[in-house]
Amino acid sequence: MNKTLLILKQEYLKRVTRKSFIILTLLVPLLFAGMFALMIWLTVKTDKQERLIAVYDASTLFTGALDDKDGFTKFHFMPLSEFEKAKSNLKESEFYALLYIPDNIYSTGNAQLISEKQIPIELTEQIEMKLSNLIESDKRKIIISETGIPDLEDRLASTRTPVKLHTLKVTETGETTKSSSEIAFIASYSMGFLIYFFVFMYGSMVMRSVMEEKKSRIVEVIISSVKPIQLMAGKIIGTALVGLTQVAIWVVIGSVAMVLVPGLLISENATGMGQSIMENQQYLNNQTSQLADQAILTETLEMIGNLNIGLIIFSFIFYFLAGYLLYSSLLGAVGAAVDNDEDSQQLVFPITLPLILSIMLLFPIARNPEGPVAFWGSIIPFTSPVAMLARIPYEIPVWELLLSMFLLLITTAGAIWIAAKIYKTGLLLYGKKITLKELIKWIRYNNLQKNPYYLYKF
Amino acid sequence: MDFFEAKNITKVFATTKALTDVSITVKKQSIFGLLGPNGAGKTTLIRIINQITAPDSGEIFLEGRKMKSSDVSLIGYLPEERGLYQKMKIGEQAVYLAQLKGLSKHDAIAALKKWFLKFEIMDWWNKKIEELSKGMQQKVQFITTVAHNPKLLIFDEPFSGFDPINATLLKKEILNLRDKGATIIFSTHNMASVEELCDHIALINKSVKIVDGPTNEIREKYKSNLFEITYKGEPGNLYSTLEERYKILNHIEENTINRVTVQNPEKDAGNQLLREIIPVVDVIAFREIIPGMNDVFIKAVQEDKPSN
Repeated sequence: MNKTLLILKQEYLKRVTRKSFIILTLLVPLLFAGMFALMIWLTVKTDKQERLIAVYDASTLFTGALDDKDGFTKFHFMPLSEFEKAKSNLKESEFYALLYIPDNIYSTGNAQLISEKQIPIELTEQIEMKLSNLIESDKRKIIISETGIPDLEDRLASTRTPVKLHTLKVTETGETTKSSSEIAFIASYSMGFLIYFFVFMYGSMVMRSVMEEKKSRIVEVIISSVKPIQLMAGKIIGTALVGLTQVAIWVVIGSVAMVLVPGLLISENATGMGQSIMENQQYLNNQTSQLADQAILTETLEMIGNLNIGLIIFSFIFYFLAGYLLYSSLLGAVGAAVDNDEDSQQLVFPITLPLILSIMLLFPIARNPEGPVAFWGSIIPFTSPVAMLARIPYEIPVWELLLSMFLLLITTAGAIWIAAKIYKTGLLLYGKKITLKELIKWIRYNNLQKNPYYLYKF
Repeated sequence: MDFFEAKNITKVFATTKALTDVSITVKKQSIFGLLGPNGAGKTTLIRIINQITAPDSGEIFLEGRKMKSSDVSLIGYLPEERGLYQKMKIGEQAVYLAQLKGLSKHDAIAALKKWFLKFEIMDWWNKKIEELSKGMQQKVQFITTVAHNPKLLIFDEPFSGFDPINATLLKKEILNLRDKGATIIFSTHNMASVEELCDHIALINKSVKIVDGPTNEIREKYKSNLFEITYKGEPGNLYSTLEERYKILNHIEENTINRVTVQNPEKDAGNQLLREIIPVVDVIAFREIIPGMNDVFIKAVQEDKPSN
């Protein structure tokens, strides 16, 4: 078998079968799913703790009207004497809190909730809502009876018109598709971050792998069997395939989720979740039905679907591979040059600086993908993998994309050439402090043979 | 028959000469000792043979033809600085290293199993290197060097880190490999093992080869015409007989038996000396002192100084 292939296979299998890889690969989609679920849950969740609240209603307007059938908060109305008794002995009583409604609540809108503990905001809001709704509907009934218009209530309700801006995009064929700036923003930000994470993680992996071989001294045996360039190529390509495997797994899991989740969520909505939504909405007197919620969900998924997924995946793979090659070859060269962690850290910093810078550019880019920061960030090769990926969801001019890709490829080729020089020089060099200056000196040897540390000629 | 030949190898790093016009010839199925002080250029020569480094000028031949880059699979190399993948299972990495030397997976496993059985370490196959002691790791490293059945073996300080029992085992295996057809280049500072193993040596000092030849001949060549005489009788008589022509270096009296070391100004004149002392004292033993490799090494390097 070809030796580069053998090294590649070895590197690939070593990493893919590692527990940390399997865990990370499965954990990330789970994490995303979990976050998504949490978000949904947070929006529809209700407080399900049962609480008993003692009420003294001086206004006598609310007696018996506060309880609702499925509510978890129960209201127990009582005369003042009993109420005072409960108040003096609140700790031992069965009551979570005491609600005092003064008789002037109609005009002042003030009431008191007394408790031993800090009362959750949700509970106070819930009670406030109930009281104000009841007062409102009561006042309204009076007005309606005064005007004598029977369906005034419905007519008033119909005047409420919430406005939502739906952003549409016109394609070349004149079709309009639904788009969402929020979704593009999220996609942009996560794409940029993901590529940063990938390039950094897999680039460092190559460096650590080279360093491990050098530190354990096995490298001399290896390069007596294969050429250093074969070793480097096998390592870099093998590790890249690990990254692509991870992306592939995530794409598969993601697509399966895209197909399964909507159905799942909608059926969920129809039962449990729908009910709790209903409950929540009830207080608002706002008859937003579960159907509307479903519509929002399908619309969101539709808009995600309207992103240019093909272009995003293609760009992701291109910028991952090119960016990874750029950084991993340089980091691999550092791994070959140094023989201790301190030296490597000093060299890793200047190399990864543009990458870190590009992550700081992410927010301005995602906010304004057409600004100068976005433009230059996505053209300059060292930042373009992250910056361009962040712009892709907004769909950018083709020439910019091509220019960016071209410059990145040229730079990557140059980086590999430089890295090869350092790699072949430093691999068997021990006990020398390697600085950036020293590396530049190595690169500048026109005739590598004359470098006192140079190893290889073939 | 010459198995390996390095012709006029020169290598200069910037301003440092690593090798200056060095040539060596290694006969098939022999053990060749590559000696020299630290920094003399031995490691550079070994790396050139392994095609890790290229010479500035000079050529390398294997079995009479110019060495190709694919010939690295015919070489087994045990570098001075040992190392294996710490986290990898021993069997797995031995197979991997053998595959890098061109063996198929199947052949690699078969060959390795034989060696593991021979060294009685079959139960290490699934262990990780980091679980083994230094000495045990050396054994594994030795096996990975020889598993692909190389025709040319290069050992750099093979015995360092081995206890006497394992060093003896290793010595036996090295001789065994030679007897089975391997040619061995052996670099070491342990002169006792050179005397024991090497058929032929070359000594490199400051990038230049200063000594080259069969081990016996070289020891012979570097002898100082020293004789040790063990005798009974009056030392005074012996002295007055020898003083004129010979240098008396050392005299020990033990009860009635005396021992004296004498330097003969002429080469190969033991009989003459013996003839002169027989009438004077009662000779018990008489032998010429042949220098050990240790003495040869020191003498050769010291004599080389003025010329440089």
